Amino acid sequence: MNESGQGSATLRVFRGDATGGEGREYRVETLPGMVVLDALHQIQAEQDQTLAVRWNCKAARCGSCSAEVNGRPRLLCKARLDEFVGTIDVQPMKTFPLIKDLVTDVSFNYEVNKRIQPFTPREPGPFRIMQEDVDRVQEFRKCIECFLCQDVCHVLREHGQYSAYFGPRYMVRMAALEMHPLDMADRREQLHGDAGVQYCNITKCCEELCPEHIHITDNAIIPLKERVADVRWDPLRWAIQRVTGKS
Amino acid sequence: MIEPFETRPHDVLVLGAGGAGLRAAIAAKDAGADVGLVCKSLLGKAHTVMAEGGIASSLANVDPQDGWQVHFADTMRGGKNLNNWHMVELFAKEAPERVYELEYWGAVFDRTPEGKIMQRAFGGHTYRRLCHVGDRTGLELIRTLQERVVALGIPVYMEVTATTLFTDGDRVAGAFGYFRKDGRFVLFPAKAIVLATGGWGKLYKYTSMSWESTGDGAALAYRAGALLQDMEMVQFHPTGMLWPPGVRGLLVTEGVRGEGGILKNSKGERFMERIDPVRKDLATRDVVARAIATEVAEGRGSPHGGVFLDISHRGADFIKRKLPNMYDQFESLANVDITKEPMEVYPTNHYTMGGVRVDAETGSSTLDGLFAAGEVACGLHGANRLGGNSLSDLLVFGKRAGDAAASFAKQRAAATVPEAAVADEQRRVCEPFSREDGENPFTLHRELQETMQQNVGIFRVESELRTALNDILTLQRRAKNVRASGSQIYNPGWHACFDVQNMLTLAEAIVRSAIERKESRGGHWRTDYPKPDPEYGGKNLVATRKDGAMRISTLPIPRMPTELAALVVEKT
Repeated sequence: MNESGQGSATLRVFRGDATGGEGREYRVETLPGMVVLDALHQIQAEQDQTLAVRWNCKAARCGSCSAEVNGRPRLLCKARLDEFVGTIDVQPMKTFPLIKDLVTDVSFNYEVNKRIQPFTPREPGPFRIMQEDVDRVQEFRKCIECFLCQDVCHVLREHGQYSAYFGPRYMVRMAALEMHPLDMADRREQLHGDAGVQYCNITKCCEELCPEHIHITDNAIIPLKERVADVRWDPLRWAIQRVTGKS
Repeated sequence: MIEPFETRPHDVLVLGAGGAGLRAAIAAKDAGADVGLVCKSLLGKAHTVMAEGGIASSLANVDPQDGWQVHFADTMRGGKNLNNWHMVELFAKEAPERVYELEYWGAVFDRTPEGKIMQRAFGGHTYRRLCHVGDRTGLELIRTLQERVVALGIPVYMEVTATTLFTDGDRVAGAFGYFRKDGRFVLFPAKAIVLATGGWGKLYKYTSMSWESTGDGAALAYRAGALLQDMEMVQFHPTGMLWPPGVRGLLVTEGVRGEGGILKNSKGERFMERIDPVRKDLATRDVVARAIATEVAEGRGSPHGGVFLDISHRGADFIKRKLPNMYDQFESLANVDITKEPMEVYPTNHYTMGGVRVDAETGSSTLDGLFAAGEVACGLHGANRLGGNSLSDLLVFGKRAGDAAASFAKQRAAATVPEAAVADEQRRVCEPFSREDGENPFTLHRELQETMQQNVGIFRVESELRTALNDILTLQRRAKNVRASGSQIYNPGWHACFDVQNMLTLAEAIVRSAIERKESRGGHWRTDYPKPDPEYGGKNLVATRKDGAMRISTLPIPRMPTELAALVVEKT
């Protein structure tokens, strides 16, 4: 590819299913501004119609085209070809079971989501809410559910703790609900129960690659951990210990 | 031989899980019906997520003079009176309630200084009327409704392609399709079906629309016997991204102009002042799109053949807060910092005003038991949709269609889907695999897009429309011989076979209607008939299927009651 973006690029795309597979090389013609998803579409149209990739909007709004490009989880519609030198390696997200090629089974996320208590308003609408009281909630609600944070989370990716931790996306959803000024549900028991907020060890990998730049760890998970600490911590016992000097 | 297939019966089946489908499913469930929701993508990914600017609704939070009457009049004027006025009336009256309901379900809108829902200015709206969340209002809408659907425990069938609707006598009886994930076939017997499958922007080469927008629902409805109306009315959004070529067509929200952005040509002239001195950059979309195309055609275009859109005078803080996605989109995809320099824009295909003809109050199509809501339905927007009216359309008529479908299902016994029809459909759907030699569906799609872009764009003329019609009919013949390879497991080539057939059906309806409407009105501009013709203004064009062929006929628009007509006094 020359500087204007015109030329060609080579991609090594994982082809296969749950039983196995391998990277296969494709050469594509490039235009300025092309992204990896465009290249995959060109391969589908001209070289192999069966190449499976999930996508919708091609505008970083829907969060469908998540995959791993040169080892980094990202949206294929925002990965510009001119960022890369040499062969571009495209793999499916590793944390979820493979369906085919770049398409994974992300149903874990939808199942986890069903277990969260929905918004529970304390008064009938229309609401009076000040902007500064919802700035933080709006940050969380920018989430496009691309599941890249789930993909990169060590608890899920390396340790496979699918039954112990909901993952960063759902910490963000729970934080949005907990911090909504008019929500009256209390999700703290669930947070240190089946949601497993304590499993996060704050490596911030999720925060680093969130395409919506949500401060997942700093603004959602750490405050949730603090709320849980408040409820777990028994002030009466603490006072008795202080007075008697016994532990 | 019939391959095994799953059977999932429901009282009400909703096809499509964008705003209209989700709202319809919630309404039908609330009305006590057993509901199933089918979507072509994963839940929460539908095209609604791409809506940016806002939801038009006369809450009068910012401009207290606003009310349903003004919203009604603006919408009728914007649609050049081709609208179904009763739909517009219901819409303008009910939109506020639907927005507040959304807030009650958890949507978090931007706020006014008094803590109410914030509203912004938009093209064709007299007052600041668009309730919004920065430039990601559609995401907020879909996420809120999605959470509601989950909370109500409505079963969702994700990544399903619906290939046909079955009828039983003169009523709809169910839908058939397959799970994309593994190619498993599935039959959905249903007493009532709500179509909420969106538009068909993928007919065009440069479009702001997502992959799903192939018009499956409208094509299925047409084949099952429903009427398609106003198909010539296609909206080109004035501001699509233009450069680099890889991103051409991506939407640049009207919110940019709503927040003060200005259009200029290569001479630095603010040309909209000349075209529409009152509304200027916030004239209706049909007017602004034509003006931009004219500037470029007459040699006053930007380096890549568009015009400039500049918001940099509003300052970096404001822009990043109110238009964060636009900032990010231009920075990451075009290396343009919109807080410092203008954007280059050109019109992009954006919306289809035409669609399934429906009853205003119930969303019922002309086929018994089949309802439609949202972009797939026709009537609300007339010849040109106002920005922001689409999201409130989804809510108002999604609810109405869901309610009506539930009550229809309550009154009727189950319909019957004949086994032979299922077997025939399975055979048809598998045929592309059995062809040794056949057409590539992606090639057919590209050729369709080329001819639509070239010949059925912003400016139309009979000779070019005839060329497009010939191309489409040839492509339709070739599409009968479309071929897929590989297995039924997540196979895009196979899926594309049905997408392209659906798109070709709708393309034919657009072009035949465009030839028939010999006047210029809203989104349909004929250089050979450059003026509106009152006679055409009094009727809708409808496409019907007769003996396998498409026929275009006209239906008169009923006269507006005097009290409504009095609201719509054309501004000069």
